[in-house]
Amino acid sequence: MKKKYYSAAFALILSLALVLTGCGSSGSSSNSDANKTLVFGRGADTTSLDPAVVTDGESFRISQNIFETLVSYDYKNQSTKIKPGLAESWKISDDGKTYTFTLRKGVKFSDGSAFNADAVVYNFDRWMNGKASGKFAYFPSMFGGYKGDNSLIIDRVKAQNATTVVFTLKRPSAPFLQNLAMSPFAISSPKAIKKYGDKYGQSAGVGTGPYVFKSWKKNNTITLTKNKNYWQKGLPKLDSIIFKVIPDNSARLNALKNGEIDLMDGLNPSDIDGIKGNKDFHVYYRPPMNVAYLGFNVTKKPFDNKKVRQALNMAVDKEALNKAFYNGQAEPAKNPMPPVLLGFAKDLKDYPYDLKAAKKLLAEAGYPNGFTTTLYTMSNPRDYMPQPAKTAEAIQATFGKIGVKVKIENVEWSSYIEKLQKGGAPMYLMGWIGDNGDPDNFLYTLLDKDSVGTNNLSFYKNDELHKIFTQAQSETDNAKRAALYVKAQEIIHEDAPWVPLEYAKAALVGKSTISGFAPSPTGTEPLSDVTVK
Amino acid sequence: MFYYSVKRILMLIPVLLGMTLIVFAIIHAIPGNPALTILGTKASPEAVRQLNQSLGLDNPWYVQYFSYLKDILTGDLGTSIQTHAPIASEIWPHLAATIELSFVAMIIAIVVGINAGIISAWKQNSVFDYTAMILALIGVSMPVFWLGLLEQWGFSIKLGWLPSIGRDDIRNGVDPITNLYLIDTLLQGRLDQFWMVIRHMILPSIALATIPTAIIARMTRSSMLEVLKSDYIRTAKAKGQRMVWIVYKYALKNAFIPILTVIGLQTGLLLGGAILTETIFGWPGVGLYIYNAIQYRDYPVIQSGILIIAFIFVMVNFIVDLLYGLIDPRIKYK
Repeated sequence: MKKKYYSAAFALILSLALVLTGCGSSGSSSNSDANKTLVFGRGADTTSLDPAVVTDGESFRISQNIFETLVSYDYKNQSTKIKPGLAESWKISDDGKTYTFTLRKGVKFSDGSAFNADAVVYNFDRWMNGKASGKFAYFPSMFGGYKGDNSLIIDRVKAQNATTVVFTLKRPSAPFLQNLAMSPFAISSPKAIKKYGDKYGQSAGVGTGPYVFKSWKKNNTITLTKNKNYWQKGLPKLDSIIFKVIPDNSARLNALKNGEIDLMDGLNPSDIDGIKGNKDFHVYYRPPMNVAYLGFNVTKKPFDNKKVRQALNMAVDKEALNKAFYNGQAEPAKNPMPPVLLGFAKDLKDYPYDLKAAKKLLAEAGYPNGFTTTLYTMSNPRDYMPQPAKTAEAIQATFGKIGVKVKIENVEWSSYIEKLQKGGAPMYLMGWIGDNGDPDNFLYTLLDKDSVGTNNLSFYKNDELHKIFTQAQSETDNAKRAALYVKAQEIIHEDAPWVPLEYAKAALVGKSTISGFAPSPTGTEPLSDVTVK
Repeated sequence: MFYYSVKRILMLIPVLLGMTLIVFAIIHAIPGNPALTILGTKASPEAVRQLNQSLGLDNPWYVQYFSYLKDILTGDLGTSIQTHAPIASEIWPHLAATIELSFVAMIIAIVVGINAGIISAWKQNSVFDYTAMILALIGVSMPVFWLGLLEQWGFSIKLGWLPSIGRDDIRNGVDPITNLYLIDTLLQGRLDQFWMVIRHMILPSIALATIPTAIIARMTRSSMLEVLKSDYIRTAKAKGQRMVWIVYKYALKNAFIPILTVIGLQTGLLLGGAILTETIFGWPGVGLYIYNAIQYRDYPVIQSGILIIAFIFVMVNFIVDLLYGLIDPRIKYK
């Protein structure tokens, strides 16, 4: 009697297993269809299709493929050098205050309306008049403010004729072209903006780019299809791209190995070794446009003493941090800006990791037995710092060897920023991801006296440096500008308000059947050259 | 029964009101500011102040609370700060995804859990009993994210039997009608897609079902053990009734009340607690939706999202209370 039940149960399990194996045949899908589709796996969803109202990289990842900017970064060569975009050429007046752009002829938005000088003016007016809504986050931070603010550097934007736009600036601004190339300043179809009103960005996004928005399932997938009327002949090479949200890095890698996605970002440093030897996959590195650093609040004792800061610069083992927390994929940092940028001081010698010298310098500063302090760090990983808490512990260990006793405090990200801006941390871990590929965006933004209270979290003020930054902002000759920034980095090196830690390289991985993918230092890139075999 | 139901429904009002207050208080106690998160770290304090003003976040807390309450009472769940879209329309696809997954997971948990518990009690101290109870112990203790990754590794990558992520094939997605994909695919007469959706549900629903299965199995076993020792069971045995009949018909009915309570609680927990499973399996559910909102300090979404889940939780338990009477006529509602 009993045996009957057992055998029935066994039969049930067996049949279930058969059903399971049976469905294996219709298993993982591939690109066998003539239609070339790429599936890109990523960690989070887009917030809006309208690049002007967002600051998150996942939104730009989409908008880069739908929209274009007046001038473009050199995406093909993974550089932030400026190339023609929707404007085929431009002239800068001798005083550096007038920019005249000649636009490409015959370009159309994907809704059929014409791209012309009026469309450019319409977009800039929309952003400049955004003060009341406050929703164009990037515009005021890159161009100084909204209309009516004295700090706004744009005075006028005028359409001279259908293909000529003239920008008049209030004062010369060397990073102006770099700013124009940023994803948030891509040109939208005025017709679409008027048509969709408040819903623009949620139910539609219309630009001139290589792909056209098709559908969006929130927190799930966004589908783009080929723009058949794209102005660059032969591009894009794919018929469609699907962006799929998979929040967990390991699960995303599993989906790639299982063939459900073709390309993904957010490859865990610890997974790199496991995938590198596999012929079916290719690992890509994004050239770093970021810096992770340990900052001192220079207004607080004992960090008001330059020698203390220099001593601590010698007590951080950057190679060890790289090996332990970046899987050796980062580049130890010696300057506050990454090497891809104009004017990187490559000949400057970094402080050596030398505990003896550090201890000696500390004694000279009047702290032969060290001191006790607190190191603040964020509780969530950041792109430039995958393991903030452990990084803090490693620094705590080497500082301990020269008698500096460190207490670690973890603070959640959004309250962390507030705390640092109020000067509440004597020592802190932080980083910066560049916006426009210009040195001004690192050095001036992070270390000028104007930036105290916003991004200069060390409260570091140096008048000589301020003079150099102001001069560099209006210098349009790149060689002279580069020399000014080298000088600035030397001063910062000597004053040591930070310990620059690492330039982090994000790793991506894709099937080896993919070609034409070149990750841009800016964090996102158009996928017009990408194709799958 | 009718009066009891009305009374219970009326009692829901203060419960839900209290819930709004608690949710509101917790959210505003989390440090951080939505304006700062929206504008990023690169924003000037001036811009942050301006955005706070336009979002109404510079008002005192009670003004914010009452305007929120007024909106809820008029059926308006609010607008997301992050996407500027109405929450009511945004939350449904996510809620549907979670409901579908939880429903399947709960069926697995109930069928497997109750049967395992019954057999364990019936064959107390047998090999089956020990094995089942050890498995149940592992089930409640195993981290869901780890189990999920393990399932993906085993059943997708190594064996290639099942898809590892999502609700549907990325390249061959379901066109949503109700957003309950099992129903949508049937409505469209797409049996191939129906089967595909089921295949996508297997791994996540098993991962989600482990804990409730284990808890239900343990509850069933202990409850059954007690009932199986009672006199009427002995009498039934003496009368020569078949054991299966005794266990499933007579014993289970009397043992079922505590099991039902556990099922009710677990169902509620699943709806809110599916977040880990959703993260691992790229399942666009309501847990993920609220989690993103928390990262972004999207107050209206957090508030309305938690409120909806809490409402479902309360409703499930209300239904369970009514079911008690159906199962055991000795329970009278006054």
